[in-house]
Amino acid sequence: MSATGGDALLRVEGLRTWFPIRRGLFQRTVGWVRAVDGVDLEVQPTRTLALVGESGCGKTTVGRSILRLVKAQEGRVWFDGVDLLRLPPRELRPYRRRLQVVFQDPGASLDPRMRIREAVAEGMRSFGIGGDEAERTRRVAGLLERVQLDPDQMGRYPHEFSGGQRQRICVARALATQPDLVICDEAVSALDVSIQAQIINLLRDLQRELGLAFLFITHDLRVVRYLADEVAVMYLGQIVERGATRRIFEDPQHPYTRGLLAAVPSVDPQRRSPPPQVLGDVPSPARPPPGCRFHNRCPEVFERCRREAPALYPSATGASRCFLSEGR
Amino acid sequence: MSPVLEVQGLVTSFPGDGDRVPVVDGIDLRIGSGEVLALVGESGCGKSVAALSCLRLVPRPGRIEAGRIAVDGRDILPLSVPEMRRVRGHEVSMIFQEPMTSLNPVTRVGDQVVEAIRLHERVSRAAARARTLELFRRVGIPDPEERLDAFPHQLSGGLKQRVVIAMALAAVPKLLIADEPTTALDVTIQAQILQLLRDLQREYRMAVWLITHDLGIVNELADRVAVMYAGRIVEEGSRLDVLAGAAHPYTRGLLRSMPARATPGERLAEIPGVVPPPDEWPAGCRFATRCERAFEPCSSEVPGPTDLSGSHRAWCHAVARERGA
Amino acid sequence: MPDPHVVSNAVVALLFGGGVAAGVFVRRNRLWREAAGELWRRRPLALLVVALYVLLALADSVAWVGGVEEGADVVATHEPRSLVDRAFSRIAEPQASYSAPFAEAEFYAPYRPLAHPGRHPLGTDILGRDVLHLTVKGARVALLIGGLTSLIAIPLALLLGVSAGYFGGRIDDAVFFVMSTLASMPGLLLLIALIMVMGRSTLSVCIALGVTSWVGFSRIARGETLKLRELDYVQAARALGVSEPRLLVRHLLPNLMHLVIITFVLMFSGLVLSEAILSWLGIGVAGSWGQMIDQARDELSREPVIWWNIAAAGTALFGLLLAVNFVGDALRDTLDPRTLRERR
Repeated sequence: MSATGGDALLRVEGLRTWFPIRRGLFQRTVGWVRAVDGVDLEVQPTRTLALVGESGCGKTTVGRSILRLVKAQEGRVWFDGVDLLRLPPRELRPYRRRLQVVFQDPGASLDPRMRIREAVAEGMRSFGIGGDEAERTRRVAGLLERVQLDPDQMGRYPHEFSGGQRQRICVARALATQPDLVICDEAVSALDVSIQAQIINLLRDLQRELGLAFLFITHDLRVVRYLADEVAVMYLGQIVERGATRRIFEDPQHPYTRGLLAAVPSVDPQRRSPPPQVLGDVPSPARPPPGCRFHNRCPEVFERCRREAPALYPSATGASRCFLSEGR
Repeated sequence: MSPVLEVQGLVTSFPGDGDRVPVVDGIDLRIGSGEVLALVGESGCGKSVAALSCLRLVPRPGRIEAGRIAVDGRDILPLSVPEMRRVRGHEVSMIFQEPMTSLNPVTRVGDQVVEAIRLHERVSRAAARARTLELFRRVGIPDPEERLDAFPHQLSGGLKQRVVIAMALAAVPKLLIADEPTTALDVTIQAQILQLLRDLQREYRMAVWLITHDLGIVNELADRVAVMYAGRIVEEGSRLDVLAGAAHPYTRGLLRSMPARATPGERLAEIPGVVPPPDEWPAGCRFATRCERAFEPCSSEVPGPTDLSGSHRAWCHAVARERGA
Repeated sequence: MPDPHVVSNAVVALLFGGGVAAGVFVRRNRLWREAAGELWRRRPLALLVVALYVLLALADSVAWVGGVEEGADVVATHEPRSLVDRAFSRIAEPQASYSAPFAEAEFYAPYRPLAHPGRHPLGTDILGRDVLHLTVKGARVALLIGGLTSLIAIPLALLLGVSAGYFGGRIDDAVFFVMSTLASMPGLLLLIALIMVMGRSTLSVCIALGVTSWVGFSRIARGETLKLRELDYVQAARALGVSEPRLLVRHLLPNLMHLVIITFVLMFSGLVLSEAILSWLGIGVAGSWGQMIDQARDELSREPVIWWNIAAAGTALFGLLLAVNFVGDALRDTLDPRTLRERR
């Protein structure tokens, strides 16, 4: 159950997505990359949940598993009372309409040989939205305007636009099917700071206007603080801390979250960051450390951490996967 | 004491549709010995090309058209190629954004650093290897003896970047140019690398020219800051001057549009429009089309520098008018 | 089954129609139009040369019976003759023999020397046939071999390669198996065997060539499909509910088209050369330059040396392939999607 109560729009339970490592002559499976290893999360309607973590933590795989672009081994993805993972492909299609995505690289997200009018209308066409061509063109014009692009340019190709503009086109494309939830997979990470601001404002405005929910996958904590209502922090395939954004940022419980927040360089000229607390490199997701997965980099490690893996305990600000929060 | 790097009126051009386009359009820079200068700007502003120009490594068909570049008082533009090669690595070193492509994938990392050392000093392989080991320890590579024989693909991004830094330091340069050194790294690793750069800079008394778009990194490392837009420098000053007392509308816009400084729930202050590409640069002040303070002279006259305080300067007509200049 | 020349005429008409349609398409679609303009800028000479060969080939493909001049024999009256044939209106004398370029008279005749009514710019062969005439006719054969074979090989390669790349799994294994098997057999021997089995008509030679040359492109198509499949825009299309057939047609194929064109052009030269080798072995297509070269082999050792027929055929072959290769390389640069991205 979420902290805010009410029925979640999207609820993920026990998601596990493992990728096989094949070696040898007969391509035997010698191990597994545990990209997503038991993830639970919830997104409330019209709210934003940020899924944060560094590279290799599995956040992008969570997004793709939910969209069934990648096959999850275990878990349930409840959307409006239906488990999306168990649906046969034909029955899944109508749900795709309500669950859209914006990817990171504006250069690769648009087919270079398709005019943007076709690209934005593609979702409409596959779900039969908008009766005929003329109607669809009208809607495309409307969508382009909403993302602050000139509708007269709909006959152009993606390479004729800048990165920020292409990302707006991707947003327009995602909106074309009138979704309830949009998964933003590092949607602003590849953009310049000033363009980032424009796209973030756009997403905020659209959320207010259309009542959209966002699952915002990112590594940039500064954007999270600004944009998300709730945040879930991931490390090596698991959620290590979760809660309302403001409280997590003010009082992080998990040592990883604390280290992550401390590592973000501050722009305040009066303040310089403390020395880095999280040392060493991220272990490989194919061979996570025993016990608590963070123990070999944790500044507050003790004996138990090396042997036992902590569960996600309720904490002062939400939930934290750390023995320090146990029994609160 | 002469500055480690002095650039005057540098113009570097690339071919465009028709005439050549000055991607770096007349910039002046000064880096004192042991000082950290951050050159800030967004993509396409010309900051990387400016750095490459100072090593005379501008990729063809680009070319340095005009200006003077002096390393430690010595003009490097007229130098011959072998003389320039001695400057590179020994007096000025550079590290790049992508550690993955900075290292030769088929050579062991230890050997690559040894090669860097022996290019500039007459030492035996054994001595160079010992120096490499020492460098690896200094840059914080765990298990350095084993890592000497590792291949790049066996190392993580953070470790690769440390190797690259070791290579850059191998010949003890006076100036290290770091072009977006941590952009490709995770934030916890970035914090470690920034710490490392800070320590090394202090220890070796090395000047650092840091190129970045991240104002947070600027705050962490820089002594002085220069802001670049569309091929020109629009503001420069000490770290406090620029971050706390920014004068140029672009700098102020950048600072205001950062989510880190904003209040959650309120709209971010955006800079409207996009950076014009080099073939569409307007006459006069290039930021005028997006500037909230633009007025008459902005679209026709290029603004000159206005002195604000000490070493703080801005290139803006509105600022000049404010100062009664 | 209509006469061959009627089929030929129909095909020319079809090609013409197709050419016009393609022209209209390129004109309307900005991406292709820019690419075409770029191509013309880079290699105008090569394009003109290829166009010349194509024109000659088409001229030789339009044939009809009748309109024979005075004094020709009965057989000639009932043979369909193409535009090219009619341009070289002189029909060989029954007892004609070699004539050097621009010579006034024959030589090497078993009988008394015959004076020729006209000059032969490139001489004649042993039967008195004008070498220039034969060379020009060879253009049709060359283009037929290249074109028809590619028409067989490329769709086959595309179908198999894309299926293997996109669906993976068992389909990939099956296609891979076939590809590897074919690639492990010595191409030339397989070719000879197939021709022996299927007969020596032009069609069977083309089929045989097609069967032995699709593997290379199929591998490329498979590799490119594997890459494209993972790109964000394909994933986005899947998330948008686009059905798989539509994904293949709408997203994958257009982004493979540039490879198809490039492969077609470059494969072309390989095919023509392969046929030349087959002719050299005696099993090529009748009337090709390869055959001319093969027939001219012995003549190089005669006294005086008969060099003009092999020179003409060789030059024509070289000229076409050189031009095609230049165009192919320029096409590869022009149609590369990366340059597409940077061209603003």
